Amino acid sequence: MAGRLTAPLEPQMRVKNLSKSFAVSRSLIDWATGKPLPLLRALHDVSFEVAKGETLGIVGESGCGKSTLARCLVRLHEVDQGEIVFDGQNALTHSGEARRRYNRSVQMVFQDPNGSLNPRMTVGECIGEALSVHAVVPRDQIAARVRALLDLVKLPTDAANRRPHEFSGGQRQRIAIARALAVEPACLIADEPLSALDVSVQAQIVNLFLELQARLGLTLVFITHDLRLVRHVAHRIAVMYLGRIVEIGPAQELFAAPRHPYTQGLIASVPQLEPKRLGAREAVVGEVPSALAPPPGCAFHPRCPKAAEPCRVEAPALEGRGGAWPVACHFAGG
Amino acid sequence: MSATPLLSVKDLGVVFSTPRGALQAVDGLTLDIRPGEILGLVGESGSGKSVTLRAILRLLRGAATVSGQIHFKGEDLLNAPERRMQQLRGGSIGMIFQEPMTALNPVLTIGLQIEETLAAHGLRQGRARRASAIELLRQVGIPSPQSRLGAYPHEFSGGMRQRAMIAIALAASPTLLLADEPTTALDVTIQDQILKLLKRLTSELGMAMILVTHDLGVVAETCDRVTVMYAGRVAETAPVETLFAAPRHAYTQALLRSAPHGGTPRTMLNPIQGQPPHLAAPARGCAFAPRCDFAVAQCSTARPPLEALAEDQSSACLARDRLPPWRAA
Repeated sequence: MAGRLTAPLEPQMRVKNLSKSFAVSRSLIDWATGKPLPLLRALHDVSFEVAKGETLGIVGESGCGKSTLARCLVRLHEVDQGEIVFDGQNALTHSGEARRRYNRSVQMVFQDPNGSLNPRMTVGECIGEALSVHAVVPRDQIAARVRALLDLVKLPTDAANRRPHEFSGGQRQRIAIARALAVEPACLIADEPLSALDVSVQAQIVNLFLELQARLGLTLVFITHDLRLVRHVAHRIAVMYLGRIVEIGPAQELFAAPRHPYTQGLIASVPQLEPKRLGAREAVVGEVPSALAPPPGCAFHPRCPKAAEPCRVEAPALEGRGGAWPVACHFAGG
Repeated sequence: MSATPLLSVKDLGVVFSTPRGALQAVDGLTLDIRPGEILGLVGESGSGKSVTLRAILRLLRGAATVSGQIHFKGEDLLNAPERRMQQLRGGSIGMIFQEPMTALNPVLTIGLQIEETLAAHGLRQGRARRASAIELLRQVGIPSPQSRLGAYPHEFSGGMRQRAMIAIALAASPTLLLADEPTTALDVTIQDQILKLLKRLTSELGMAMILVTHDLGVVAETCDRVTVMYAGRVAETAPVETLFAAPRHAYTQALLRSAPHGGTPRTMLNPIQGQPPHLAAPARGCAFAPRCDFAVAQCSTARPPLEALAEDQSSACLARDRLPPWRAA
């Protein structure tokens, strides 16, 4: 696994040059004078691969586009440009039955189970709905399958008759995971699945993901701002900044020797369980600039300790030079 | 125990009466904070840490019943007249909250909100007041403070809003700052900046701070001493070096062990089994006993007392001498 640049074997999902912009509302005066709608470029030429059974962690500060990426991957957003090649086919051109098949293969687990579970439905109805929409099993076997799924995520089977509010946060996230798994997906997109949970419960859900992945061979795209956890669960990590991937590589090696100055600063910002080393860290300075007016050249240059003339002019490409993993920095490797 | 405490909380109890019965949010909490020190108050949601901060400033109203004793510089806060509490709030005791967007007034400019605080405590007039506001914004690291006085909270980023809130809290030069999860809503990079700012300000201004957080990493790096809470009670109090070297409460130990820290990647973590307890039915014994790997029969029958140990440490755990080293991986 060490030193692996890209996914081995045939990748299960290959994302190519994905771009997504949102139109932002303008003021009345701008409207009257005919100014165009300002565009917020949420994703900019994002490309990566995920192999079958692999966990790809995606990290970055808020506003870097990681949640937009998650939503594009499950087609909750229509993308502007690019391809999502899944099992050899471009999923973005699918319609009808093919699109349904893709939606079934790639499922999402959301951050907040309170928002993603319908409070009026029992847990059994919630999970059963997914089973009947996709006709996973015959109608008379739904109850049995719901019990099996609850067992899979280690909830008591009598949970089926209760409603989400009767459960704790960790248990609710288990229900959301069971619902995502109901349609037998090959790939799970998990968008901050741990951040609404208590610290003592996070490790339970991390273990659940690891177990499920080993048992079902799931491919996992794990989006989080928690670098301590992502280092533990991911095989590879993609670091995003203002809509672009700035570095992507094997998790342990990347944490041990990050190559992009942003990755270096980001990792240095994470508090460790070591007393009183706050002043000793070389964390990132400044704040993320507005995505409406990103800096020219390398978007990170205003915060970068190594920034020089070329950085202000030309955006570096994401490249792996000299056998190292890809990084988008004019000075990486130097 | 060295200097006399700046703030001393003894046997604090907070009970909320709800339509479904009483909730014991804080249950016999005792802690001291000394002048100039940073005390971390750490626990999960529902452990009573935020309620404790609010009880200190008597911000709990209505359904809450507060018992016990709170003394600030020798003054009895629970029995002080409301007028006196108004002087103390934002005066000698400042407070900052988790979500600056809801704590700041959205229709007033930042400058006005700082000046308002100065005015409420009778500090400076007219131009001098404005100059103080600029100086405060400079102190918390807001660039070109003069031009930002007229900005509204929504024009600031999350980190800048938190800086503005710190500026308001510092306006009347408090000797104690209560910080309730001040960095939880922020990115790690901004969290790092705010923690460094708070640390610098406490030492420059000789101010003490209670930092409430659920993040043990934040506690380790920022605080001098730490009090770990569970289900409204103190599990253990110790200097950070001592606590992170050898915790003396099974809950602290379990919490530290459950975090991923440099072990073999993608192996199972050591989670704490079960769920945090429900506050409607306070445990007769140790509240952590049902989830504890080291519990003995006695743990669930009688409440372990908070006992003073060596080196400024106290623990309410019967298993404290039987805990293995937590870093053994």
